[in-house]
Amino acid sequence: MQREDIIQKINQLLIDEIEIDETQIIPTANLKKDLGIDSLDFVDLFVIIENNFGFKMKAEEMVDVKTLADFYDYIVKRIYPN
Amino acid sequence: MTRVVITGLGIYSVIGKNLDEVKDSLYMGKSGIIFDPVRKAMGFRSALTGMVQRPVLKGVLDRRLRVGLPVQGEYAYIATLEALKIANIDQSFLDQHEVGILYGNDSSAVPVVESVDILRSKKDTMMIGSGYIFQSMNSTVSMNLSVIFRLKGVNFTVSGACASGSHAIGVGYLFIKNGLQDLIICGGAQEINAESTASFDALNAFSTRESEPTKASRPFDRDRDGLVPSGGAATIILESYESAVKRGAKIFGEVVGYGFSSNGEHISLPNVDGPARAMSMALKDARMSASEIDYVNAHATSTPAGDSNEAKSIDSIFRESRPLVSSTKSMTGHEMWMGGASEIVYSTLMMEHSFIAPNINLEYPDETTSFLNIATVTTQKEIGAFLSNSFGFGGTNSALIVRKFIP
Repeated sequence: MQREDIIQKINQLLIDEIEIDETQIIPTANLKKDLGIDSLDFVDLFVIIENNFGFKMKAEEMVDVKTLADFYDYIVKRIYPN
Repeated sequence: MTRVVITGLGIYSVIGKNLDEVKDSLYMGKSGIIFDPVRKAMGFRSALTGMVQRPVLKGVLDRRLRVGLPVQGEYAYIATLEALKIANIDQSFLDQHEVGILYGNDSSAVPVVESVDILRSKKDTMMIGSGYIFQSMNSTVSMNLSVIFRLKGVNFTVSGACASGSHAIGVGYLFIKNGLQDLIICGGAQEINAESTASFDALNAFSTRESEPTKASRPFDRDRDGLVPSGGAATIILESYESAVKRGAKIFGEVVGYGFSSNGEHISLPNVDGPARAMSMALKDARMSASEIDYVNAHATSTPAGDSNEAKSIDSIFRESRPLVSSTKSMTGHEMWMGGASEIVYSTLMMEHSFIAPNINLEYPDETTSFLNIATVTTQKEIGAFLSNSFGFGGTNSALIVRKFIP
């Protein structure tokens, strides 16, 4: 899966599962402040990512994930560590 | 003491999804009972149940407000929307006043089953997600609705088995009567699904008249063979008289009596004395004599022992005046945690429209039920006051008296 495919899949999951408005999906969007993803939504994101990408997100690795671009980078890095 | 009035009603029931539909069904004696093949395939002794379509709330409520809401919470949300609209209460009013919620609920089986199924399959609690904890607690309805409607007053669930909804209204009445709150959203909710009723089916308490679903719930009839589980939600807006007058609200009735008792005997077998004490207490609280009650909405669920004992109990209180009696469970089935609240809605609708809904399927009373004055057909009648009975496992009893409002 290419980076662009991963990003597209993440975006679609955010729209379908977390019900984020499509117009808000921009890389610079802050996950909490702009997209309104709260601590409970992160719990659901954990389930969504494992069900769709096959790995478990780790809370300690998410500390520096602030924007959607950070989130894309984190997911891509977890899929392709090298 | 403050007078307590009803200024809003809302219903989501197996005989109608709003007040108008329910009023028509009550008048026509329409049954909401079906045969559910899913239950038969699962191994139920009886596949009979009341059934209502699940509300579609996507696009109505935000995801965060939906994910913690189990099916009975969805029913309760719809019923409460209707009740608030009828009461002419909008979100702006709720934001500016201390409005409470006291709702009856006593189970939330599906979220418990589903979350444990996930855990057993995935071996990781993190895979359960965020919604199940809020869906699975007994207090799920009051918990969710208080957030959805941004309520700031009293907020808890009343669990009193099949009298939960009635006790919730009774407790709400006491809060307002004693000046602790001005306005409380009261009600009862009951999930409809196989998971929540499987262990009840195991008690041989359900009717097995599967060939005639609409005739299966037959309270007081000699051929009754058990109850039919059902569900939905009912909301009643209770308000102090002063608050109602200040808002210019329409008053549907006045709650004047709440009686409660415990049988102190068997966990599932009802008796005669406990309900009689609850009814007497309600009459005393209302400062009314038995002869002032025009209609008794019986708890009668269509079980052989329960109906007989309630008939004796009603007779012991109302032997001289013999008011009309009916069990709306003949149409709705047993709405359990919801029933005590829905039956206040049903009876208030009857009072509003001057009729008594029939106790359908009563063809032949038996020796214990024949002395009651049971309405077997729709009866036009002015109702000045009614008494509604609700009883539950553990011998909990509740009796509420609602009177037509006289300023």
